[in-house]
Amino acid sequence: MKMGKYILKRILLMFCVLFIITTIYFVLIRLLPRELPLEKVQAEAIKARWEALGYGKPLLVQYWIYLKNIFTKWDFGTSWYISYRTPALELMNSRLAPTVLVNVYSILFSVPIGIALGIYAAIKKNKWQDSLISVLVIVFVSVPSYVYAFLVQYFLYFKLNLLPLQMYALADAGGSYFTWKMFKSMIAPILALSFGTIASLCRNTRAELTESLTSDYMLLARTKGLTNSQATWRHALKNAMVPIFPGIIAMFFGVLGGSMIIEQIFSIPGVGQLYIRSINLFDYDVYMLDGIFYTLLGLVAGIFVDLSYGIIDPRIRMGE
Amino acid sequence: MADKDYILESIPAEKFRFVNQDERIHDKKFDDKPIGYFKDAWIRFKKSKASVVAAIIILLIVLYAILCPFLITSHNATFMANLYAKKPGRVSWLKDIGIADGGMKRNFSERGLQSKLAIGVGAENYDGKHNMTVSEAMDSEYMPMIKYKETAQGYTGKIDTYLEVGFIYRSIEQAEYQRIRDWENETGLRVLYPLIADNEYTYSFDKTDANFWYKVDAKGSPLKVNSSGEARRIPMSDDMVFEDNYLRDDSGNVVYYTYAGGGDQNTAQYKVRVLYYNYFQYLYGHEPNYILGTDAQGYDMALRLAGGIKLSLEISIAVATINFVIGTLYGAVEGYYGGTVDLIMERISDILWDIPFIVLASLFQIHLAAKVGAIPSLLFVYILTGWIGTASTVRTQFYRFKNQEYVMAAHTLGARDRRIIWKHIYPNTLGTIITSSALAIPSVIYQESNLSYLGIVKLGSSKVTSLGTLLSDSSGIWTNYPHLMILPALTISLLMICFNLFGNGLRDAFNPALRGTEE
Repeated sequence: MKMGKYILKRILLMFCVLFIITTIYFVLIRLLPRELPLEKVQAEAIKARWEALGYGKPLLVQYWIYLKNIFTKWDFGTSWYISYRTPALELMNSRLAPTVLVNVYSILFSVPIGIALGIYAAIKKNKWQDSLISVLVIVFVSVPSYVYAFLVQYFLYFKLNLLPLQMYALADAGGSYFTWKMFKSMIAPILALSFGTIASLCRNTRAELTESLTSDYMLLARTKGLTNSQATWRHALKNAMVPIFPGIIAMFFGVLGGSMIIEQIFSIPGVGQLYIRSINLFDYDVYMLDGIFYTLLGLVAGIFVDLSYGIIDPRIRMGE
Repeated sequence: MADKDYILESIPAEKFRFVNQDERIHDKKFDDKPIGYFKDAWIRFKKSKASVVAAIIILLIVLYAILCPFLITSHNATFMANLYAKKPGRVSWLKDIGIADGGMKRNFSERGLQSKLAIGVGAENYDGKHNMTVSEAMDSEYMPMIKYKETAQGYTGKIDTYLEVGFIYRSIEQAEYQRIRDWENETGLRVLYPLIADNEYTYSFDKTDANFWYKVDAKGSPLKVNSSGEARRIPMSDDMVFEDNYLRDDSGNVVYYTYAGGGDQNTAQYKVRVLYYNYFQYLYGHEPNYILGTDAQGYDMALRLAGGIKLSLEISIAVATINFVIGTLYGAVEGYYGGTVDLIMERISDILWDIPFIVLASLFQIHLAAKVGAIPSLLFVYILTGWIGTASTVRTQFYRFKNQEYVMAAHTLGARDRRIIWKHIYPNTLGTIITSSALAIPSVIYQESNLSYLGIVKLGSSKVTSLGTLLSDSSGIWTNYPHLMILPALTISLLMICFNLFGNGLRDAFNPALRGTEE
């Protein structure tokens, strides 16, 4: 019961923070100078829409109208330049699938490899395998993800010609994100995203597992007659996973927010690309919605991390 | 018992004496010097080989960024030759031993190869009388083809991309023409070459292309024209001879200039055909020497990289300083006073922390970049949110130390808050602050390159560049010019790896709890 109360409290708090940040965005974005397009019909339409949104009135009134539209009509504004007269939310929703898919694939790909490598390094602690993995981890954690993107493009497209250079458009790949052709074109960005994730996961796993391997309960497990591998699998690994698991969830949200540059390089029609385009084209409503989206992502990630600590590790009690 | 009493009684009192009567008992003086916190950290830092190597590499990179304009290149930061854009590295004295020769491997069609070979042949044929075969011209220093061979699909070979530019047309005044002629006599290098006749054998697809000085068909294949006017394609062979198509006057001499327009004698423009490689030397007084090649616009890559590194380091050091100052003050006040002050300040930093960096950065760029410039607006973002991590570590440290006995003792002795904060608690937190400031550097380098690659930070100035801008300039074209991407990507990767290693080394060194655990 305490848990439920805590979650409720956290979610309420999250919405408070989200409201404050949204207000900051709103003020900052509405203060920006805006221009009407040269084309007359478009300009008229935009002008009429601005009128309805209360432009020229005090900011507080404008914000009231904005919030009212959101809560009564679920209307986050309209895109004028990226996609003429499309509701911003609709545009955003259409961009969610590729971003989420690429990131889910990337996490699915990197979690087993990262954890396996981390376990291997921890078991082989201070041997050459461990040192090799440690060096690689430092390199792969440090190198920015776009460098991997270039490398993947260079080797898998130009040298070996195995993968397409960029992600296919929906129409080219049979109208669905779940076709084999589409998946094939996603492999390159998935790989580019995965290297860093694998490396940091491997590092965390190694650190946690070496700690639990040297702890007292391992000694107990060995004295009561378990073999080394039994003790490792049943006791050390389980305990080591406690902080790793929430790390993975946080990682997922982190990658979701940080894959902007990968989306740009592989021309993935995702949320990150939408964000960049909305900045360049001054499509403020989309820009605002995208900003809120990224903020929400971060907030949810934070809650997940805190919660999953409590769920997995009963020693950490929530709400105390 | 009885024995003991007996012994004591049997020793006369005068036999007793004080052990250290004339000596004053003190603590022994240390044989070696005391080791302070920082010295201890330094000793432990030195033990970590990887961090030391990383620190040395960082030092070398910094030295490169500072010294590059003086030692590595003779160009200044604004020097740009756009005909030599996107070229790989080339240094004339290194060319002879086969490195940095500006060469690129490429596949050629027969026609394409012939047109490149023709540049070398044409460079020797400066007066219409010195026509050579291809194999003779291979020794020419202006021959762009370094080597080539026939394959199943056509030809493959290595080409000097600087010489490949070949000839260009220029409009110059008469005085300029005279200066070039004087320069030619002085140096013995040839700049002005005969103009090309405009007839049926001119390359009709692009008449502004000054490289087709020989008779070609509509597609650009070299032609041999016999006396009856019958044209025949010349197949590729080592002893092929191009037939020149130079513009000649009535007496059969080649023509070097024609009137192109303009008023009186001084302002009249003349069209001339120049060999760009030598024209470059005439203009700038040296051969094109770019040890790392040129960037997408034609700036010296070595300088651009140095500039990018310098900018990255400047920004990250500025940010580290900002973190240090604001983070310390904020964290110290929070941690020391606690209670309501802490609660309010924590909520403020929580909210700031929850705003995604990229959103804040883009907002600041849109609002401020036009007024104060791209870099200062980026720094504003860090002033607003960059220090939160540092502040929270300082806060925790203050919470840890503020209730310790020695702080209470200071309180009792009447020390003021300011004194307790700075004299008694703050030094304890210094290690963590230095570490978190050092670890901020790689993340700032990454964020900056990320933002400028995405085009959110637009530098847009010829003098300032960043590594991210270099990368974003190369996007889309780097597959043809790999060095445009490889060099900045390598630099960023190296910087990130070294600063991470260095920061990790510092973290371990400043953490006394780790002392002795490695051994």
